Parts: sequence; structure tokens; C-alpha cells
Amino acid sequence: MSKNKQTTGHKAAHSSQRKKEVEARSCIRYRCGLTNTIQDVLNHRPGWVEVKDDAEWDFNWCDVGWLRENFDHSYMEEHVRICHFRNHYELTRKNLMVKNLKRYRKTLEREVGRLEAAKCDFFPRTFELPSEYHIFVEEFKKSPGNTWIMKPVARSQGKGIFLFRKLKDIIDWRKDGSRSEEQKDEAQVESYVAQRYIENPYLIAGRKFDLRVYVLVTSYIPLKAWLYRDGFARFSNTRFSLSSIDDQYVHLTNVAVQKTAPDYDPEKGCKWQMQQLRWYLTAKHGFETVQTLFKEIDNVFIRSLLSVQKTIINDKHCFELYGYDILLDQDLKPWLIEVNASPSLTASSQEDYDLKYRLLEDTLHIVDMEGRLTGKEKRIGGFDLMWNDGPVYTDVGLEALGSSCLVANTHLGCVNDREKQLQQLLKPFPGQKKT
Amino acid sequence: MMDESTELSVSITQIVQRLKGTHLHSQLEKQAKECLHKPEIKLETLKDDVRRVLKASGWERKLQNAVYRELHVLPPPGHPRAPPEHTKEPLAYMLKAQASWEKRILKSLNSMCTELGIPLARKRPVMEQKELTNKWNEMGTDEPDLSNFRPVYAPKDFLEVLIGLRNPNTERSDDLTVKSHWGLIQVSLNVHDIPQMRETYAELGLSYGQLGIDDHTHVPPDLFESEHIHIGKKVVSEQDSAAAQQYSRQGCPTGLRAQLWSLILNTTNDPEDITHYEQLKARVIHHNLLVDNLIYKDVKLTASNDDYYFVFEDYLYQVLLCFSRDTAVLEHFNYNSASPPKSSIQSKSGSEQCAVVYPPNGVIPFHGFSMYVAPLCFLYNEPSKLYSVFREMYIRYFFRLHSISSHPSGIVSLCLQFERLLQAHLPQLFYHLREIGAQPLRIAFKWIVRAFSGYLSTDQLLLLWDRILGYNSLEIVAVLATAVFAFRAENLMEVTSLASAEAVLADLSTLKVMPLLQIFLFATSI
Repeated sequence: MSKNKQTTGHKAAHSSQRKKEVEARSCIRYRCGLTNTIQDVLNHRPGWVEVKDDAEWDFNWCDVGWLRENFDHSYMEEHVRICHFRNHYELTRKNLMVKNLKRYRKTLEREVGRLEAAKCDFFPRTFELPSEYHIFVEEFKKSPGNTWIMKPVARSQGKGIFLFRKLKDIIDWRKDGSRSEEQKDEAQVESYVAQRYIENPYLIAGRKFDLRVYVLVTSYIPLKAWLYRDGFARFSNTRFSLSSIDDQYVHLTNVAVQKTAPDYDPEKGCKWQMQQLRWYLTAKHGFETVQTLFKEIDNVFIRSLLSVQKTIINDKHCFELYGYDILLDQDLKPWLIEVNASPSLTASSQEDYDLKYRLLEDTLHIVDMEGRLTGKEKRIGGFDLMWNDGPVYTDVGLEALGSSCLVANTHLGCVNDREKQLQQLLKPFPGQKKT
Repeated sequence: MMDESTELSVSITQIVQRLKGTHLHSQLEKQAKECLHKPEIKLETLKDDVRRVLKASGWERKLQNAVYRELHVLPPPGHPRAPPEHTKEPLAYMLKAQASWEKRILKSLNSMCTELGIPLARKRPVMEQKELTNKWNEMGTDEPDLSNFRPVYAPKDFLEVLIGLRNPNTERSDDLTVKSHWGLIQVSLNVHDIPQMRETYAELGLSYGQLGIDDHTHVPPDLFESEHIHIGKKVVSEQDSAAAQQYSRQGCPTGLRAQLWSLILNTTNDPEDITHYEQLKARVIHHNLLVDNLIYKDVKLTASNDDYYFVFEDYLYQVLLCFSRDTAVLEHFNYNSASPPKSSIQSKSGSEQCAVVYPPNGVIPFHGFSMYVAPLCFLYNEPSKLYSVFREMYIRYFFRLHSISSHPSGIVSLCLQFERLLQAHLPQLFYHLREIGAQPLRIAFKWIVRAFSGYLSTDQLLLLWDRILGYNSLEIVAVLATAVFAFRAENLMEVTSLASAEAVLADLSTLKVMPLLQIFLFATSI
């Protein structure tokens, strides 16, 4: 690949830096380990060319397996970008996330105070098993009759999850002869977390749902995180009731699990767009209540990221698109269920495909392989800058508001007029004529 | 014709008659009696003092709202010698057409009943009653075998009937002249044109702020939205029905809409209403009706398959099954050209046949009926509240969309208005579509019958229904249908078949209704 001399412009430090990195290449070589929506997005991007096998690449959308095997042995030039952080599992493995959050909370309590630490109380009581078995049992006995949920630490799509109310249930499970040898081996190797089950989820028309929200982190030190306006609410296909905790179809809202439920109808969407949900909640509870709710949801993202800020190995080559799973309870309090480093990019419907396509397209805009941004942007397409080494506020005219009325720059579930915004923001791709 | 003052006194008498004996009446009496204990009430000025107290405590407002509500459903006073049918529908040929359409529907229902060997009504055995009570909140999980049931009719069947309507008094020349009507509706009714509508719908004009336009992200909220929300909150706290209706013309804020609509429709959620709903629920538990299966089928085919409404499946059963059994709905047949269908059943002794209204509320659901309820689920989630609002909306507006009448909000007028507006303002498009065998009404009819429910995105639909309530008329539905054609005119001019025309207009989910309406009403050159 020939390397062209890059042109320097009279721009801010960031963009000239990025430009140096980008070196005005005539094309960007990408590697893609997945065969779903991301393939299409990369394929359609002007000036991007796929490379395979051992060829050199500028951009890599890899799966975590590849990362684990190859990251440490790869040398990456300055401009190169890859879609995961080396030790993302500090945030995404359930036991590690809980550990990091607990530690962060303790630090806050010690350094700032109880009130500040209470802002981290968005994850249900969780214990790692088998290592924390005894403290778990203590907690369990304190509140008899509560339901708990057992989750394998490293698996996804709802596999291996079950609910229980009696200690006897998990003792039986560990000894369960009906499980295959293979499963038993796995169980011995992997850990589980036992978590207080949220028994009073917010229901819409009797159905439980959770929220999938997308957060893009381009740097941990300093922390820079973007929040996508679109997302969706995933509904359970059946009505919620605590009486049948064996019916995992009721309690788990993962689309993957819903797909296997006997009355699942693939033609029936069981998702609502985030805008729909936000609009529904506003109609039910009023504007101010919902405004507060979404502010609290922002808090979940920010605190969870801050809690792993010092643990994650920061690397300017890395960025990561997280899929956050949030559950609301009847008091409209958001709870963090899980963070996914590889949120599903497979589409379940045309609408879903369009959402994920836009999401990935905007992700690539932010990663900015083409060096078109100044670095001062607060909004790129459907992404709003949520945290930039500190909270980010919208550019609202200060004459209209008092200084106490700073408005956060996040718009989850709001109108996503990204095309218009992108047109105004971005210069055309090199080689493309401006329309 | 009666003079104004006589008309007024007749109306007053009628309203007083209707309000006598209602719950509100007894509450007012109770309040009046209680305030006699107050020290400020003097015997000399008893009447005025009591009135003053009732006003201050908000009871006068409640009475005002109730009167206002009665005015909405009160038919215009007719000639003292006119028969009651005249109130239902003044034009004899329309009444006749409606009656024969009803005969057909009932025949279809009866034959389905005979074919399938299922009774029109059946008392549930105790076990079944218990089961249903347990499952009341999740009837959607039931999977009854509905394959043998078919909807009694679909909108397109109804359209054929409307197309066949003829006024026997007009002379029909078989030559088509330039002046003749190009559309499918061949009766002449008085419908409004754009200049008239500009006056009626003045608040939708370019100089007024609108929700649906001026709350757009790029418009700073100080220009309209904040003030409008502020006024909305005041209207709600004043509990003024008439003010709410006026307010709704510029759109209801999402957070206030549920309360505002409830005010406009004067629906309450008093213990009385809850009891009424529970009674209806009890009737559902005790008896199974054949129409229940039609309801199930309709919900499964329409709302359950909708991306927005699938969540509310259970609510729809809870509302529609009760609705079928609500004999209070029969009252609206006084001003509806339709009459409740009667079915003959054997009397207990088996010797006689007597006619009973079937279903008890007199309304046979058709394919898509559940879509009248579905959007309301976004606003109300207590079943009795949801029920009251739906029922009131039905007896004020929705019934007109499936009965043949000459009323300006009736389906015939709406269809005619749509065609006339299209012919007057988009003649080239109309002509083109006619030539390729794509009569515009064939495409727009399904939107009009459902007042666009299920075709627009929910937030847009509710902005449209805000105006239906605000102007107390369904006319805006016909105007929107025309505005949609105007919006997609360019693409429609390119198509060469009905199927491709349908395809161009298949997806309305991205449309913004208020700009379309505003442009069509106020920016079309006339």
C-alpha cells in the first residue's frame, strides 16, 4: 500500500494529530471477524477495503476470542484501531463487574461520603460463587422468601440462568445428576454469581421488559463515553408472575431465550424502540419524572465506567461499543443487569437491522479513521457525548437559564435526526463529491 | 322550524331530564345539604349562598362539564312531528341502505352460527368461569381454535355498499361530463371545501403554534411549547371540559393528554364507574358470546401483530369483551342511523320466539375494530378508566365510521369529501389514478374507517385524535387522507397499476400529520 504524503491544515491539535495518523490513505484496510450487520456497514463505507488472513490492517472488528489470542502479539501503528479493550472483561464479566463496583463504591464512601456512594446502588446484591458462598448464605438468610437468580459468569444469551428461593435448590443443582458430564465439568471450571432478583419490575400491560442501550467508549484515561439515542425495550413474551419461577421464558427477556419459547411468534416483534418507550412513560408519568429517570440511567453508565477506569488497560488503539442491559422497577429506579462487550449485531427484523446499521455507521464516524473530525464535537450522528473527563452539558443559551440549570448532553430515547446532523457535520469522504 | 328560544328550552329540558337521577345529581344534592351546616349560609339568601359554595368547591364546574357532555351527544332538536327515525337519519334512502346492510351482517352472523353449531350465547359452566376469572389479566395466552371463524365483514365489503348508494331523487345521467364526480361515491352531500375549513380550523393555521410542529427539536421551546404546556396544566387544574376541548385544538402535551382527554370526554373514574365495569366483567365471566370469538380473532389478526400495540393484547380483550355486554351503549342508537341487531331466541317455555338485541350492546365487531381501542392503551392502564374513555369515544365518534348516514362526520361524507378535495386540488393525480384503475378511495378507505389507527405511528395518531376531540368532528380524517395523497403525489404519478399505487402508500409510519394538514389547508392555492 503506498503511503501518500499527508496535507496539514490549520486545525485544532486533535485533528492534525489524527490526520497524521490517518495519513490521507487512499483506502482503509479492515478486518472483520463477524458476518452480520457490521460486515455490511464496513463493506458499504467508501474507501474501505477488506483484508483477510495475515494481511496488514488499519481497522479490526474482531470477536473477543481473536482478541484474547492475538492482541498481545500484534504490533499496531499509531493510526490503527481495534474494537475491544484488552481486559474489557473487568466490566463485562458479571463477577468482576460487581467486584469493581463494590470497590469503587467503598472508595467513594471513604473519600466523599455516604450520599455519593449511594449513587452506586444500582446493582442488586450480588455474590460470587463459590468463593463468596458463606457471605451469600448470611445475606440469603437475612431475607427469607426472596427470589434469587443464578447466572454463569461468562455465558451470554440467557444460557445457564435459573431462579431459586430455597438454598436447597442450589445445593440440589450442584449435585444434579441429570446434567451431563460435560456440563458438570464446565460448572466446576466457571464461576457463578447469585443475585437478588428484582421482584417488582416495572410492567407494561403485565409484561416485564428490559432495556438495551448502547454506550461507546473511546478512551478510559481520560474517560470519554458516548451514548446512543436509539435502543430498545425487549419484552418477555408471557405475563409476569412470581408464581412460576421455573418458567424461564417469563423472567428472561433476552431475545435469544424468547426465540425458543413455545408461543414465540417470530412475526411478532417483542421489541419497542427506545423512543416508543420513552414516549409511553412520559404519557404515563409526566415529563419531569421521566427526565429524572433518564438522568438516573445516565448515572448507571457513568458510575459503572468510572469504577473500572483504573483497572482497564487504556490503549489509544482501542474503542469499545457496549450493550448495557437495564431493568426498571415499579418505582422507576433503573438497575444494572449486565454490560456486554459484544452486543448482538444480528438483526431480528428490518427495523432492528436499520437500527444496528445506523449505530455501527455512527460508531465508525466517531472512530474517525478518515480524520474528518475536530475533536470538539458533542454530537455525532445518533451519539451524544455523555462524559469527557467530566460531565458534558448541552450548548443551551445561558441567558435563558440560570447557571443551576445545566442540561446534560444525553438524549436517550429522543428524536434521532442523525442524517441531517451528519450532513452538517462531516465533510464528504476523500474522493467523494459534495452533494 | 322552531325559533331559537324554543329550541333552547327544548334542549334544556332534555338535558335536565338526562341528568336527573344520575350519580352527579345525587352528589350535588348531598353537597348542597351538607353545606347547609356552614355558618355563612343564611336563610334569607339561601339559594345564592348555596350556589356560591357549590361554585367555590368545584361542583358547579362538574355540572358544567356534564352539561357540556350532554350537548355533545344530544341530537339536534328536530321538528316536533318528525318520527324518531328522523333523529337517527333524516334521509330516508340512507336509512334504508343502512337497514339492508344490517340485515346482511346479521344473516352472515347467523349463518356462521348455524354452520359452526355454536350458539350465539351460552352460559359458562362453573369450572370455565373459575378458569376465566383466574386468567382475566392474561387472556392473550389463551389459544382458542379460531380457524373456523371469519370476520363478519371487512372494510372493503362496506366500501362496496357505500359505492352502491344512490339517491332516488336525483336524476342520473349516464354521460360523464367534466363537472361530474370522478370518485366512487355517487351521492351528493354537503361537504366543506378549503375556504370553509380555513375558517373552521383556524387554530391549525400558520400563525398559531401547534404541537406536532412547533415542538420539533429545532424550535426553541420558549416560542410555543413551554407556554402551551403551562396553559395545559392550568386547564387540567381548573377541570374545565370546554376549555380542554378548545385547548386540544393545538395539540395535547404527551404528559397531560390522558387527563385532558378524560376531561373533554367527561369520563370519571368514580366508584360508580368502577362498579359498572366490574358488573360487565361479571357478565363476561358468566356467559360466552359468539362475538367473543370474533373479538379474539380480530385482536390476534390486527393489534397483536402491530409493532406498537402487541403489548396491550390483554387490555384489548378486557375492554372489548365488556363492551359487547354493555347495554348502556344502546342509548347511542337514538342518534345513530344504525339499529341494534335483533336475534330471535326461544323463550324459556319454548313456545315463543322473542327478539333480543345481540350482542347486548348492539355493535357487531368487524375486522379491525380493536384498533379503535389500541391507541388508548398508551394513555390509560386501569381497565375501568380505559373502558370509560373508549366507550365515550365510540358513542361520540367511532360509530359514525361504520354506519351509513348523511352526518358530516359520517363515513359517507368523509369519503365524499376526500374525493372532492382530491379532485378539486389534485385533478391531474386523480385522473391518472383513475385511468390506471386505482381509484383513490379504494386505497384511502381503510385509513378513514379506522381514523388512521394502525397506519400512523402512535404519537402522530394521537396528535390527529387530539384534533378530532378538539373540533368534535371526524372531518380532519378526510382532510389528512387527501393531504397524504398530495404529499406522495410525485411518486403516485409514476405508478401504472393499483398494486404499485398501494405500495407507494403502504407505509405511513414516517408521516408527520400536522405539517401535512397545515400545508394542505393553508398553503394550497385555491
